[in-house]
Amino acid sequence: MCGIVGLYAKRPAFRESLGAHLATMLVEMSDRGPDSAGVALYRPTTTAGTVKLVVYGATDFDWPALKTALAGAVDPEVGLEQRGNHAVITARASLEALRAWIAAQHPELRVVSAGEIIEIFKEKGHPRDVVQHFGLEGLSGSHGLGHTRMATESAVTTEHSHPFSTGRDLCLVHNGSLSNHNRLRARLKKAGVDIQTDNDSEVAAGYLAWRLAEGDSLEEALERGIGELDGFYTFAIGTKEGFAVLRDPIACKHAVLAETDDWVAMATEYRAIAPLPGAEQAEIWEPQPGRIYAWGA
Amino acid sequence: MIEIDLSQNALREANQRLQAVAADDNARRFLLRNPRGAHAVAAGLKAPIEVTIEGHVGFYCAGMNQEADVILRGHAGVGLAENMMSGTVRVTGNASESAGATGHGGLLVIEGDTSSRCGISMKGIDIVVGGSVGHMSAFMGQAGALAVLGDAGPSLGDSLYEARLYVRGRVESLGADCKEKEMTAHHLDKLGRLLERAKVSANPRDFRRYGSARNLYNFKIDNLGTY
Repeated sequence: MCGIVGLYAKRPAFRESLGAHLATMLVEMSDRGPDSAGVALYRPTTTAGTVKLVVYGATDFDWPALKTALAGAVDPEVGLEQRGNHAVITARASLEALRAWIAAQHPELRVVSAGEIIEIFKEKGHPRDVVQHFGLEGLSGSHGLGHTRMATESAVTTEHSHPFSTGRDLCLVHNGSLSNHNRLRARLKKAGVDIQTDNDSEVAAGYLAWRLAEGDSLEEALERGIGELDGFYTFAIGTKEGFAVLRDPIACKHAVLAETDDWVAMATEYRAIAPLPGAEQAEIWEPQPGRIYAWGA
Repeated sequence: MIEIDLSQNALREANQRLQAVAADDNARRFLLRNPRGAHAVAAGLKAPIEVTIEGHVGFYCAGMNQEADVILRGHAGVGLAENMMSGTVRVTGNASESAGATGHGGLLVIEGDTSSRCGISMKGIDIVVGGSVGHMSAFMGQAGALAVLGDAGPSLGDSLYEARLYVRGRVESLGADCKEKEMTAHHLDKLGRLLERAKVSANPRDFRRYGSARNLYNFKIDNLGTY
């Protein structure tokens, strides 16, 4: 099992409450995934030339000291906002340089997301607690994805939780299971893709990251994925501009889409969409198997 | 008409109340409001009562129904009227996957579309779909009838036993051991009655009939050596 949700603001006014609505959707999917939960929020809060990195560390990690060190080494005006055991770092620097500095100085920190606007927060525990831990309800955003996990094939850890970063401002959430992930993981590692766990969904994320790095458009990468990823899946893929949804051709993993003038939403079950304003009047439909649906992306 | 607002009342209590209606009770008409995608709304009913649901429901709505008439004004999630025994279930909107799955009897009417595996393993239920059905509908169907006014997706009637399938629109492909069959006067009559029962306006002559080629489930003595 597992639950996935996605929400895209069609009107700027809806962005203010995006975090609160996404949190509600996520908590509605708790029965489908009580082990862990996570969200990717797209928050255009920075100015041009600024990059955003989300890292997570131990609960007693000294974040103020990290900020001071980053100010000295990377950008004197670096921003660091702690959220639970994660921190959002914003800096006028290149992502590569920022990541390299962190890898060298703080190998104990893990990078959760990287880009200009994406912020991924994920943690073990009940979705309700995860939402509270990161203070999601107070966050604005243009769009976001969420995942509640009921682990079936690998361990319950923060690293195994979704969303998985698939590159700059890109992420993936997955409901289902892949059967050829071991062979594909070996292939991707040979191609130089960084895969950190034995989780099957991370392989799908790695596959997309690899295809996009090879020059495929998101649509091309997904089309190719239908042939290469064997198993059951509903994917939601976040991009800087929006999100896309794809179900495997056999379509065992359900999904529902809904749209109003204010928002577009996707969820594993309609009950996650029902609390949204205007849901009863929304256009509601089930995505067809093997077809890519995209908003803004 | 007794109204139950599911945003104010627990679903389990509402279902228990509906399931407890006795044969001689006067209260036989119910209206459920604000289901908000809840699962198993009006499931397990077993008396001739009328239940109307206003709004969209989640999975397994009206499952295991016996004798009750359930009307859903909205869309339904996965497994609508699954394992229905008798009675009727009518949906004004669309239904998700596996509608009418394993149903033994009764009538299921979906006025809109329904997706994959509609009537999977149907065992006597009659299903009328005003719109289209998705892939692998009537998979392993054993008895009953499925009438589709719109189109049918890939692999219709795969591994079919004896259910009767009628499609007015286009069939994308037939599944293993499913074939088109002649629409005889007998079948025109049966389909006409089914459409009438479903209160659906369509001419039986516009439909084509599909059924089992009976090659898969019959044991052939020539194959004995294979086992």
